[in-house]
Amino acid sequence: MSIEIKNITKRFPGYTALDDISLSVGTGELIALLGPSGCGKTTLLRIIAGLETADAGSIILEEKDTTNLPAREKNVGFVFQHYALFRRLTVFDNVAFGLNVQPSSVRPSKSEIRDRVEHLLKLVQMDWAIKRYPSQLSGGQRQRVALARALAVNPKVLLLDEPFSALDAKVRQELRRWLRKLHDDIHVTSIFVTHDQEEALELADRIVVINKGKIEQQGSPQEVYDHPANAFVYNFLGNVNVFHGRVHDGKVLVGDHLIEGKHELDLNEAKNGQAFIRPHEIGISRIRSGENDLVGIIRDIRLMGGQIGLEVETSGFDKLIEAEIPRETWQNLQLVKGDEVFITLDRVRVFSGEYDI
Amino acid sequence: MQTNHTQEALIITNPNRNDHPAVQLILILLTFLFFAGFIFLPLGLVFAQAFQKGTALYLEAIRDPIAISAVKLTLLTAAIVVPLNAVFGVTAAWAITKFSFRGKTLLISLLDLPFAVSPVIAGLIFVLLAGSRTSLGSWLGDHGIKIIFSTPGIVIATLFVTFPFIARELIPLMESQGREEEEAAITLGAKGWQTFRIITLPNIRWGLMYGMILCTARSIGEFGAVSVVSGHIRGMTNTIPLHVEILYSEYNYTASFAVASILVFLALATIAVKALVEKRVHNQ
Repeated sequence: MSIEIKNITKRFPGYTALDDISLSVGTGELIALLGPSGCGKTTLLRIIAGLETADAGSIILEEKDTTNLPAREKNVGFVFQHYALFRRLTVFDNVAFGLNVQPSSVRPSKSEIRDRVEHLLKLVQMDWAIKRYPSQLSGGQRQRVALARALAVNPKVLLLDEPFSALDAKVRQELRRWLRKLHDDIHVTSIFVTHDQEEALELADRIVVINKGKIEQQGSPQEVYDHPANAFVYNFLGNVNVFHGRVHDGKVLVGDHLIEGKHELDLNEAKNGQAFIRPHEIGISRIRSGENDLVGIIRDIRLMGGQIGLEVETSGFDKLIEAEIPRETWQNLQLVKGDEVFITLDRVRVFSGEYDI
Repeated sequence: MQTNHTQEALIITNPNRNDHPAVQLILILLTFLFFAGFIFLPLGLVFAQAFQKGTALYLEAIRDPIAISAVKLTLLTAAIVVPLNAVFGVTAAWAITKFSFRGKTLLISLLDLPFAVSPVIAGLIFVLLAGSRTSLGSWLGDHGIKIIFSTPGIVIATLFVTFPFIARELIPLMESQGREEEEAAITLGAKGWQTFRIITLPNIRWGLMYGMILCTARSIGEFGAVSVVSGHIRGMTNTIPLHVEILYSEYNYTASFAVASILVFLALATIAVKALVEKRVHNQ
């Protein structure tokens, strides 16, 4: 089922949570709303579900305007950050709830309900816990049950509000992959909200980056990551080094260093701007490879699993430059603290204007 | 021996406390002394006085039709007031915790008004509002409805005085439980009533029960507000506390204390139910 979000605006006392947001989601798509906390992404999700009303704009679910429909008539599955399982009901009754409250004219029979609940609990691999209470389950298990509960009523769309953020790192990653697989199997149109760029990149068909109530960019994970529309998106999608300076011809003059990027933007006028580069895009070597190379001294080395983090001091910049290199490269170069290295910044990206991180 | 035992138990259950044993002993002794002096002794005296002139007189006093009618009126009042206040309390707690609206803070403050106002004043408010000399009172009188100096007045005054118990008990509980379960129920298609019956009510049932017990205890024992609106008509508008007071002021001590002992039994029964509920809550 498709979702059409048209010009949604929502104001709370003192700030605007959503500022004229429009977005369309195709049938079977899995969309991530990505943004910092307080950017309005959860509010948008709650408006789609009918748990919040918009000040202006409309929500169209499969060509039907549902803007003013009460939440219980929207037929939208909602998965909450803190699961919101019914604590006094068993896992079975939690999942059966949406079917049990249907009017008797459309409610399936007892045995049909049982079959459906058992089928869903198998799907989320929780069939062993059918008689348990939520308090007897771990966070990851509770979220699986919550998902089965939301799916029980055959929702038109599935909305997930930071579904994994209350879980620990290992479970989060596991559940994330499992959800991607589940979505590939059942293809229900889904929107999930997250502030974790990794989660969005790994899970979503399409990422919508939101900041201060506005959409900054939308596109496939690769598009958004490789071609960020602006400094905010670039910065939000991963770790960065930032150089502030004057922009001219796609180059940034920081102090007396001219940083020249490969991705040249059409910036002919001289103005304030920033150059960004991700730690893993920085080249580190023991021999000079180009004229633009900077000379730096390694101040710190951190082991980060497969990658090695380096902090490099250079004469031109007051901040330490953070670089990441694969473990093998580090072993081959035999780098230790205090070594002199050459730094290549030619994958730098330049954005005009000042942007506060 | 008894205190030694208690002290040991305290030390075991409170291993992190490093108060001096003497301090503990003194505090425990003081507590027991207070209980003995202000609770056990008076309670004992009630029964001593009640049975002073023998069981026959005691039974006669509590079998007196006037006493029986007072017991009936008291129980009737509680039977009307407690369910009504349960409905009002749940409604108020629901509104305050699940919605945001203007005047919410004011509403929360007003909730405590019956506690803050002296019960006598509470009674007077209703006399001033619906007494026979007021326009509302005379209009009601013309239509054959009597509020003041009759049962409805007693019920209304008791309702007012005991209103906060249930709401006060439920607000913090419902606040801590949040709205998410109700929101989940709504997105799953549940109607308001279904959500309340299947989700909210089971979540608050013990808090509600506890509030109802406190409300019962207070409505049985209420004197001040009821005294103002009742008119003290024997066998008609006297509740147990009022009847006790009348017997006492007539120097009929034995009968007075005999009827008072009924109140004590009702109070003990309420406390027993409360203890049971607390145990259930604790076990959960």
